[in-house]
Amino acid sequence: MPLIQLENVNFSYDKNIDVIKNVSLSIFEGEHIAIIGHNGSGKSTLAKLFNGLVKADSGSVKVMGLDCSDKKQVYDVRKKVGVVFQNPDNQLIASIVEDDIAFGPENLGVNRKEIAERIDFALKSVGMEKFRHSSPTRLSGGQKQRIAIAGVLALKPSVLVLDESTAMLDPQGRKEVLEVAKKLNQEQGTTIINITHYMDEVVNADRVYVMSNGEIVLSGTPQEIFSDREKIAKYGLELPLSTTIADELNGVGVNIDGDVLTEEQLSKNIENWLEGLCK
Amino acid sequence: MKDFSFGQYYPAKSFVHRMDARAKILISIAYIVAVFLVGQFQFMGFLACLLFVLIATICSKVPFLKVLKSIKGILFLIIISAILQLFFRSDGKVVFEWTFIRITDMGLLNAGFIIARITLVVLGASLLTYTTTPVELADGIESLLYPLKWIKFPVHEFALIMSIALRFIPTLLEETDRIMKAQKARGANFESGNIFKKIKALIPILIPLLISSFRRADELADAMDARCYSGSKNRTRFKKLTFTYRDLLGTLLIAGLITGIVFLNITGFLMVTL
Repeated sequence: MPLIQLENVNFSYDKNIDVIKNVSLSIFEGEHIAIIGHNGSGKSTLAKLFNGLVKADSGSVKVMGLDCSDKKQVYDVRKKVGVVFQNPDNQLIASIVEDDIAFGPENLGVNRKEIAERIDFALKSVGMEKFRHSSPTRLSGGQKQRIAIAGVLALKPSVLVLDESTAMLDPQGRKEVLEVAKKLNQEQGTTIINITHYMDEVVNADRVYVMSNGEIVLSGTPQEIFSDREKIAKYGLELPLSTTIADELNGVGVNIDGDVLTEEQLSKNIENWLEGLCK
Repeated sequence: MKDFSFGQYYPAKSFVHRMDARAKILISIAYIVAVFLVGQFQFMGFLACLLFVLIATICSKVPFLKVLKSIKGILFLIIISAILQLFFRSDGKVVFEWTFIRITDMGLLNAGFIIARITLVVLGASLLTYTTTPVELADGIESLLYPLKWIKFPVHEFALIMSIALRFIPTLLEETDRIMKAQKARGANFESGNIFKKIKALIPILIPLLISSFRRADELADAMDARCYSGSKNRTRFKKLTFTYRDLLGTLLIAGLITGIVFLNITGFLMVTL
């Protein structure tokens, strides 16, 4: 059974413009999914559909069999699907790190001893144990966002949705957040849904959905998505840096395999090409 | 703008930090009452209050300078009140006279009295916010206001609103700073012109600030919903407030202070009448 299943979902904020059009998708346990699309493609609205912050106008959104549009079940859905948003400043409720992380478990009615355990667990998962008693205002953007992730992890969700959570961070902060997400996915088996417009974050995903004007226009592995250069350009997306470099190199007569996504693959292909030259 | 320190928590592990927030709130209220109880020109009473704040500051491990800095935010208020006292007291002996300005010894004494009173109140109040996290403060107030639930007062919501407001003070200050810089870069002028021009110059700061606050509120509401917030029903508390020997000591100290001041007032009153 899929963890999250959307069937023919439509949604609009006002009746005239459809933000989500006939979207169907299934996300399975332990997957690392990337959802990309240019601004206004509806990808952030999708995040709010996943945990019932907005309700589909038609179609169904199911999380582990729970119906997101049912008022009685949406509370349980939010326990399963944790969403981290873009601006860390607007997600932190308390002025002390541990109090902020406690907010979620407190809402669930968890007892005091277990809240303490969950804070330990959440802070350890994001590598911020040292900052337990600090004030979030004194932390960097990446650290704040890791605290926001910890706040969601304290709910013990099965799915972690990052809704452009790296968009406001500097490169160092982005790296920190992505590493935390990767670790959660690999070590704890948390399903990760990364909604982003950074193509370099997509290359490590298991599957990618490309959104444009509220529709899913492409889906597949990163390899499949980025091999279709025409469509990438058509939907206003960029190629990952390594892919762009490979293409440019091919354009100037360095004939390497252009089917690369990561820096490692690129450097290996260049190495192979150099070796070929020497022979 | 960055120096704005009133209402900011100073993290430390001290005697005062570990006190029950409820006790600290009540002691602070009692302290403010004590400062206002100090009778006319009983400067000994102020000295006692100052001693109390000093002891509390030492026990809190908050640097003296940091506590003193809290006065900066209301310096304007202190100066205005002192000037009003100086100019509008016409009784007593004249010590300075120039055209329509007349300063009397009573005016001077009164100005000093007002300065001491406001300063002491702010010092005590800022020590409360330095040593108590906004969450503890909100919890404490919620606990103290609990009886109001009988008249259907939304105690939990009230406390939450307060702690969120405190949490966003530094964020909004930072934002104000940023907007001011952005407007200055476009040629806005906040420094020159008369008072009306200055007030008018604030509009391009306040409007973006207001709009962004609404956006923040909207996002915060989503983030709270996403973390399963559903009001006070079935909610547990991570931090429990407990009354300890520290709170007893603090209560005794403040009781001593009030008794001392009342005693001073009575002796002062007797001295005048007898």
